Amino acid sequence: MGPAGEPVEAVFREERGRLLALLAARFGDLDLAEEVTAQALLAAVETWPRSGVPREPLAWLATTARRKALDRIRRDATLATKLATLHADADPARRAAPVPEHEHIPDDRLQLMFACCHPALDLDTQTGLTLRYIAGLSTAEIAQAFLVPPATMAQRLTRGKRKIQQSRIPFRVPGPDELDGRLSLVLHVVYLIFTEGYAATGHHDLVRCDLVDEAIRLARILHRLMPGEPRVTGLLALMLLTDARRPARVDGHGIAVSLEDQDRSLWDTSMIDEGARLTTQALSHHSPNSWSVQAAIAALHDEAPSAQETDWRQVRLLYDELFALTPTPVVALNRAIAIAWHEGPQAGLDHLEALADQPSLTRQHHWHAARGHELARLRRHTAAAKAYRRASELAQTPAEIAYLASRAEKYTTPG
Amino acid sequence: MKYMLLIMGFREGEGMPPPPSSGAPSVEEFMHYQRELGQAGVNVDSGLLQSFEDATQVQVNDAGERLVTNGPFAESREYLGGYQIIDVPDLDAALDWAARCPGAKYGRVEVRPLAEF
Repeated sequence: MGPAGEPVEAVFREERGRLLALLAARFGDLDLAEEVTAQALLAAVETWPRSGVPREPLAWLATTARRKALDRIRRDATLATKLATLHADADPARRAAPVPEHEHIPDDRLQLMFACCHPALDLDTQTGLTLRYIAGLSTAEIAQAFLVPPATMAQRLTRGKRKIQQSRIPFRVPGPDELDGRLSLVLHVVYLIFTEGYAATGHHDLVRCDLVDEAIRLARILHRLMPGEPRVTGLLALMLLTDARRPARVDGHGIAVSLEDQDRSLWDTSMIDEGARLTTQALSHHSPNSWSVQAAIAALHDEAPSAQETDWRQVRLLYDELFALTPTPVVALNRAIAIAWHEGPQAGLDHLEALADQPSLTRQHHWHAARGHELARLRRHTAAAKAYRRASELAQTPAEIAYLASRAEKYTTPG
Repeated sequence: MKYMLLIMGFREGEGMPPPPSSGAPSVEEFMHYQRELGQAGVNVDSGLLQSFEDATQVQVNDAGERLVTNGPFAESREYLGGYQIIDVPDLDAALDWAARCPGAKYGRVEVRPLAEF
């Protein structure tokens, strides 16, 4: 246990991630890296209180872990043979090099992240491995966050680790011609973690660990390692600008509050400032990307004093741009909502009705709720109540169900 | 690390999905691919198979009796058209070679690491 009674892994979370990445890249073996990282951290907990914290804690840990790794390799003859062949053909100079004791320890977490988010692994596994090995969550925490039994998650992680090992997925940042596609996968995983956590807000499930914070933390690591990559900057900005509204998203009774009705004084201004600054940075690159455009839309919302005073014309133009980049039904839906604000409820409703043949939209509550909103503005209360009722049936979280049901109720009662 | 690239083709016919791209890779395309593999020094072994219609199935039961039947396994939608074994540093390199394989355009290339004993 650490100083605050936390497990060792939690205290050394940052160091743990870096050590693991360093050792995985060096030995090409995630299992071994995991084992010796844990041993090194334990050694630190045992030694440091007596001998004092070393001047370069990470270098101390890296050296200790590397020594333990070499010990284990010597002990395990079969493994040694395997590693010998491994060493023979993959970057021998780097593997043979000792861990630098007193200089800069390389941050190999980017390499590890690309390995965890390799397209040869399925998306669930990519997400699990990223949370386990980059974010440093325990298997039990990840299982809880994704509402699956711990044994299922453990098996998923073991299989993923095994595939990385057996098919030799490299711990490497892909070359320029592949980087674009591969980085998209990494960003997708991070955003998926974010939306999973975001959707859960209002669950009042205290044991559920905060995936939103984890996703932002992952994006910060990525941003530190790829500061000039506008998509990373855009994604981090988008998540900050979205999460800034967290305190206002659910009211005291656990009912979701729409963007329009949120108490904007509750929004986190420092997150908004940081997000807006990053958005400007992300957009300064010549070719726009969908993350940065979404961040720009979020920034317009966050910086407006009210829904009415939002620059809806600009929001709509950005949605046009986003639709050109990613022509998905969800973007079309959000664009229709922006049109409703900019041009009026009838124009908005027309655009929404034009999407009625998109099953991916009509199966979810957002489209029905948006229709309800515009119908209510047009004073077509019966139709509005019906749309909200349908939306409440399709919503997933208690907070949203409660909100949508209350809307349906409101327009059912005459007057 | 050795990987086998299994060059899979789609069977055409009733109830079979259409292939991603019609036609079949030409012998010239495979020759060219072979030359590239050779120049890169990663070629271990390869073989193209005769038509799956010429296949014969063999099974041996508990009593040691041989059961021989004509043709490919009726249920399968795909057939193995050939294989290529390469020796490359990692999966990314193997995937690159798989993508360049002429079979990838007309069917599917399955990349499998060879077990080491």
